[in-house]
Amino acid sequence: MTAILELLNVSRLFRQGSVEVAALSEVSLSVARGELVAVMGPSGSGKSTLLNIAGGLDWPTSGTVFVDGTDLGGLSAAELAGLRRGSLGYVFQELNLVRSLTAAENVALPLELDGRSARESRAEAIESLRVVGMADQVDRFPDEMSGGEQQRVAIARGLVGTRRLLLADEPTGALDSAAGEEIVSLLRRRCDAGCAALLVTHEARYAGWADRVVYLRDGAVVERASVSPDDDL
Amino acid sequence: MSVRYGLLGLLRLAPAHGYQLRTDLVDVTGATWPLNIGQVYSTLQRLERDGLIEADDADPADGPERRRYRITQKGISDLDGWLAEAVPHENGPRSELVIKVAIAMSVPGTDVRSVLDAQRATTLMVLQQLTKTKRAADGKLAALAVEWMVLGAEAEIRWLDLCEAQLTKAESRGSR
Repeated sequence: MTAILELLNVSRLFRQGSVEVAALSEVSLSVARGELVAVMGPSGSGKSTLLNIAGGLDWPTSGTVFVDGTDLGGLSAAELAGLRRGSLGYVFQELNLVRSLTAAENVALPLELDGRSARESRAEAIESLRVVGMADQVDRFPDEMSGGEQQRVAIARGLVGTRRLLLADEPTGALDSAAGEEIVSLLRRRCDAGCAALLVTHEARYAGWADRVVYLRDGAVVERASVSPDDDL
Repeated sequence: MSVRYGLLGLLRLAPAHGYQLRTDLVDVTGATWPLNIGQVYSTLQRLERDGLIEADDADPADGPERRRYRITQKGISDLDGWLAEAVPHENGPRSELVIKVAIAMSVPGTDVRSVLDAQRATTLMVLQQLTKTKRAADGKLAALAVEWMVLGAEAEIRWLDLCEAQLTKAESRGSR
């Protein structure tokens, strides 16, 4: 199995006044091509910190992060930004859709920022919207859509181009369970098609779609509460 | 009880043999509900004895596996009565899990989190399995039966989260 994401002994310390608090301590984790890995744990257990570090949005105090075999710690700011735009897709609870742009324009934005032509970007955006079942809504604005539809546009933006690693932090947000389930099944299908994804969720129902569940408590992986595919029922 | 009315309900649609009824009942309720053919035949015999179903001109010497059954008028009114009545809520307070966690939280020196963690992983694995079954049954009636079990597993994990939150709260009170 090719690991698309690999974290080796990652720790992240934050200074709170005079004390250092470990948001993550010695976390090792790898996500292979085709795999959907869910991260669960109580609030404050380090789930979001883990995701941010995996996506190069935050840095470990110690330890190494590899994306597609590249050590993120060895990259310049420009190289990291390039990798973020090219290989990583993010879906957050806050959708951050631009309200004055249509669905297609929102999805095309990261490609255009990457210097791709407007026509090419739009074609890829439309393809990505098709994948999430929004082919007939490419020219609508976020305010004209339901919460679930906006979420799908945000996912299309996370998927657009040739992204190989998807990072999703509570992507089902405030959606009802039917709409939330649709979002997670979409991530599942992307993984089945060859992506890798890390899904932070506090809802067991969504973790049920994952190949593996990593349970965090106080910044560390709790093996006893985690589930690997080798475990038998 | 549920097998009895499941069979009666299927016979309300059309006369059928026992093996067909078993297949149809598994289809409607999901393959996750094991149902052996012996149980189907014995239930059919009881239904026939009670006059709720009857066999199509069968030789009285034929066993249940040879008989093709149809619902009687009495069976139809029995079924209608059952459909109209609410099923009593099942969740009793004496679940083994509830007792285990209560004891774990009461006995000094027990690693309660470890108890909760083991249960969490076990139930998550069940949830993964159910999700696969649900995907396979997408759009079919059986998916609803699986969803019922998904919700049960989900409720259990939420309850474990609640137990842990309570524990954390008690500890922070204790350490102050």
